Amino acid sequence: MSENTSENTNVVVEHLRAWNAKAVAEVVEFRGETTIIVPREILRETATRCLQDPELQYNLLTDATCVDRFPMEPRFELIYHLVSIPRRARLRLKTKLSGSDPVSDSLIPVWPGANWLEREIFDLMGIRFTGHTDLRRILLPDDWEGHPLRRDFPTQGFRDVPSTYIPAFRKPHS
Amino acid sequence: MSTTVDTPIGAAKTMVLNMGPQHPSTHGVLRIALELDGETVVKAVPDLGYLHTGIEKSCEDKTYSQAITLTDRMDYLNPLGNNLVYCLAVEKLLGLEIPKRAQYVRVMLVELQRISSHLVWLGTHAIDLGAMSVFLYCFREREEILKIFELFAGQRMMTSYIRIGGLALDPPAGWRAAVAKFLKMMPSRVDDYETLLTKNRIWMGRTQGIGYITTEDAIALSMTGPTIRASGLAYDNRKMFPYSSYEEFDFDIPTRTDSDCFGRYMLRVAEMRESLKIVRQAMDKIADTGAIRTEAPGVVPPAREKMKTEMEALIYHFKIFTEGFAPPPGEAFVAVESPRGELGCFVASDGSAKPLRVHFRSPSFINLQALPKLIEGQILSDVVACIGTIDIVLGDVDR
Repeated sequence: MSENTSENTNVVVEHLRAWNAKAVAEVVEFRGETTIIVPREILRETATRCLQDPELQYNLLTDATCVDRFPMEPRFELIYHLVSIPRRARLRLKTKLSGSDPVSDSLIPVWPGANWLEREIFDLMGIRFTGHTDLRRILLPDDWEGHPLRRDFPTQGFRDVPSTYIPAFRKPHS
Repeated sequence: MSTTVDTPIGAAKTMVLNMGPQHPSTHGVLRIALELDGETVVKAVPDLGYLHTGIEKSCEDKTYSQAITLTDRMDYLNPLGNNLVYCLAVEKLLGLEIPKRAQYVRVMLVELQRISSHLVWLGTHAIDLGAMSVFLYCFREREEILKIFELFAGQRMMTSYIRIGGLALDPPAGWRAAVAKFLKMMPSRVDDYETLLTKNRIWMGRTQGIGYITTEDAIALSMTGPTIRASGLAYDNRKMFPYSSYEEFDFDIPTRTDSDCFGRYMLRVAEMRESLKIVRQAMDKIADTGAIRTEAPGVVPPAREKMKTEMEALIYHFKIFTEGFAPPPGEAFVAVESPRGELGCFVASDGSAKPLRVHFRSPSFINLQALPKLIEGQILSDVVACIGTIDIVLGDVDR
């Protein structure tokens, strides 16, 4: 399991705090996983630090996703999962975005692999990434309306709903 | 679709060729817009989503145990691996300990699944490049693995055998003989594939030096699995972050340094042999009797026998299947090594009986991102080799 020891974690948090006192707004430890909540304004700087600092070396961006906590505010939590291959450690970076202004800095300059992951988040959650080179829908058709993974988007969708159509029962063979 | 290649179509030297989505060598429904200068690919823009089924959204509308059947349908060559990663994530959220016997059965089945997935990969990759007979041999052996799955789960492909807290059923009578028979047969069959391909002049010509990617580029593009291991980096979750008792098994992580299609072929063949080693060890470790599910009233369904004798057990059973169970609020991310790379599952709970968010980090999706890097500058016929070598499953790409 991807567990950092608490000792290891403190080193990471202290290291980031020593670099910039504002970098770590909050630390959450749950089931052996560390989540560092970073203010939106310095997300890219913190990510760059995570990659380049010789004592952190989070060189692989493994996953990026987003959670919608509608109707709470700030409703979006943008999540990046990092792996440090040399240190055998995992870390979760999180930043909170409000529903009225769901915009964050793209992390493509830090990890080029963020490209499609951020396109997927844009497509399904409607988060916009400044500095993204190719922010188009990736899974849904370009003319799709809305962002289906938002909690206020019904699972059945807004269109193509056979709402009034009731199929006739077929008579069993006699 | 309005996806186009940036440069003006029909301008001086290049033309735009649309490959897919109904192309046999795109392994499903992948469309690639290719800008060609003669036969050389100048630019490639993949276009996905033809198989998007909204599995992540559907999971939010189901209880935790109902969502297992959806994971089967994601990467349809690795249903047991998908079951495993989802169950591990929910179990982490709940803080459950799984009995050793169930863990070993999980490892054995997932490794058999890896072999069967690599067999499909090898067969289809070879048929793409013109070697028809390998396909037939690979599917013959895959059939034997599917028969083992049918024995265990009653289903050949959509198994749903791994459940939250353990396994769906006790291993069936006669499983040992079936797996032993397969283990006896398989090593020489792997040798047969190598005889057909490894020193084959046409195969070498079609794969060597094709689809080259450096380790640095592979890491930067978040590639994982055989593609990164063939670029010289031994990144494998089974060793890096062991799960399901993998630390108790003795096996190697093969790596190659040639970083091309041929290297990735050799690597996957070596992985099949390693998987056979793990299956053999797992078989010895699995005891004949013992618990296959952990004891967690209200979360894990009680044993059939208990339900018939204890009233509480019956109540729990009823409640689990009608209203589900509610893990504590929190988040968990688990990554396993699927045949294609790092398969991750992120589950967020808000304390209710349905997940707030389920997200799958699918290896095919992220590895496919590197496709333009692999094929730009190559000739058109190598595009097929490069798509094959990444080993994408479109169900996993689009989810």
